[in-house]
Amino acid sequence: MIPSPFDYVKVRSVDEAVAALTEHGEDAKLLAGGHSLLPIMKLRLAVPSVLIDISGIRDLSYVRVEGDEVAIGAGTRHFELERSETARTEVPLLPHAAGRVGDPQVRHRGTLGGTVAHSDPASDLPTALLALGGTVVLQGPDGRREVPITEFWTGFFETAMSPDELVVELRVPRTGDAGWGYEKFTRRENDWPIVAAAAVQGRVALANMGGSVLRATATEEALARGASIAEAAALADQGTSPTADMHADQEYRRHLARLLTRRALEKAAAAAR
Amino acid sequence: MQVSITVNGQQRTDEVEPRLLLAHYLRDTCGLTATNIGCDSTSCGACTVVVDGLSVKSCTVLAAQTDGSQVTTLEGLAGPDGEMHPMQAAFRAEHGLQCGFCTPGMVMAAIGVLADNPDPSDREVREGLEGNLCRCTGYHNIVRAVQTAAKSGPAAGQVPQSQEERA
Repeated sequence: MIPSPFDYVKVRSVDEAVAALTEHGEDAKLLAGGHSLLPIMKLRLAVPSVLIDISGIRDLSYVRVEGDEVAIGAGTRHFELERSETARTEVPLLPHAAGRVGDPQVRHRGTLGGTVAHSDPASDLPTALLALGGTVVLQGPDGRREVPITEFWTGFFETAMSPDELVVELRVPRTGDAGWGYEKFTRRENDWPIVAAAAVQGRVALANMGGSVLRATATEEALARGASIAEAAALADQGTSPTADMHADQEYRRHLARLLTRRALEKAAAAAR
Repeated sequence: MQVSITVNGQQRTDEVEPRLLLAHYLRDTCGLTATNIGCDSTSCGACTVVVDGLSVKSCTVLAAQTDGSQVTTLEGLAGPDGEMHPMQAAFRAEHGLQCGFCTPGMVMAAIGVLADNPDPSDREVREGLEGNLCRCTGYHNIVRAVQTAAKSGPAAGQVPQSQEERA
């Protein structure tokens, strides 16, 4: 399978990337690791006329503590996040989720900003990020702006970004020793989740239970009222709209959402100190 | 567009289409056909090569993305006198292959496993090779081969360092 022809532009800075996006408009796509984009281009589901390669922007790859938050550069590759001692200490759910993406070869290429911008509802890292909360930092022709993570993913492959913006940073609160859980159900180890649940500090996010990753709000409200984990997890599929495919029908996905939420909450409770 | 890529220690400059995949560049432009294309969808790992020290699936990388990089394929492992790389020797000694189609990618991914973890458990080998499928299901001997290679020393987790000398 071979993608349609396109022009290739390599940029060396965020400013150059924004200028290229402004010049080429909606027909341009950003290329970082390419492990979400190139497969859909090979299937001709995406046919951009220009690829803007941002993988050479070196100052987009970092994990550092800034006040009460951990700031992660959008160009940080999954294997770098997985191994980051800072991330493992300050926000351990996130490097764990990074290690559950695909396989080692995929994690050597894929980037945090790429998976965030791609907005696939069946993605590990967006699920973890949504449970953590925090901020997506975007840069465009008018400078930087921040979007709360809870408002960033708006639908299937849709986000709050404009076509002339790129993700430059993710900021998440430091959770330290707080308990957390990530439960992912797959048929093969290196697959996307059929359903996944991330839990930390009373917040629960679900993968593949609708058009975007989403929060299990009924479960969170029940926990806040003092409900037991079992009672709260039984509500995890409320307000979700899972699709049916060859892996699972809707009722099975709802069952998985309840089950994986319970397991994730139990792990979080057991790990909390 | 023009790309300059060091393939198995030899720097090359080629005129390529931006859409040319690294797997096709290696096979068709460079004539290095050890790198197999299996699923062509980032799942099976048959096309695994090492780019700048990291295992990658070359069906999901553009040749353009490796401009300026060091790429190592299975052909780049053996010494100038034909002496096998420790990972190749271990796959041979432990019969870590059946039909052989997955083997080039499996060997390149296995080198990456030992680069990360020079003394893995069997489970860690299996997890490290989760991105490589053997449809003969010959996994037991593959795991044994990686363990044998691990015991042979640190060179089993490295692509040849002195490839420039052969260029």
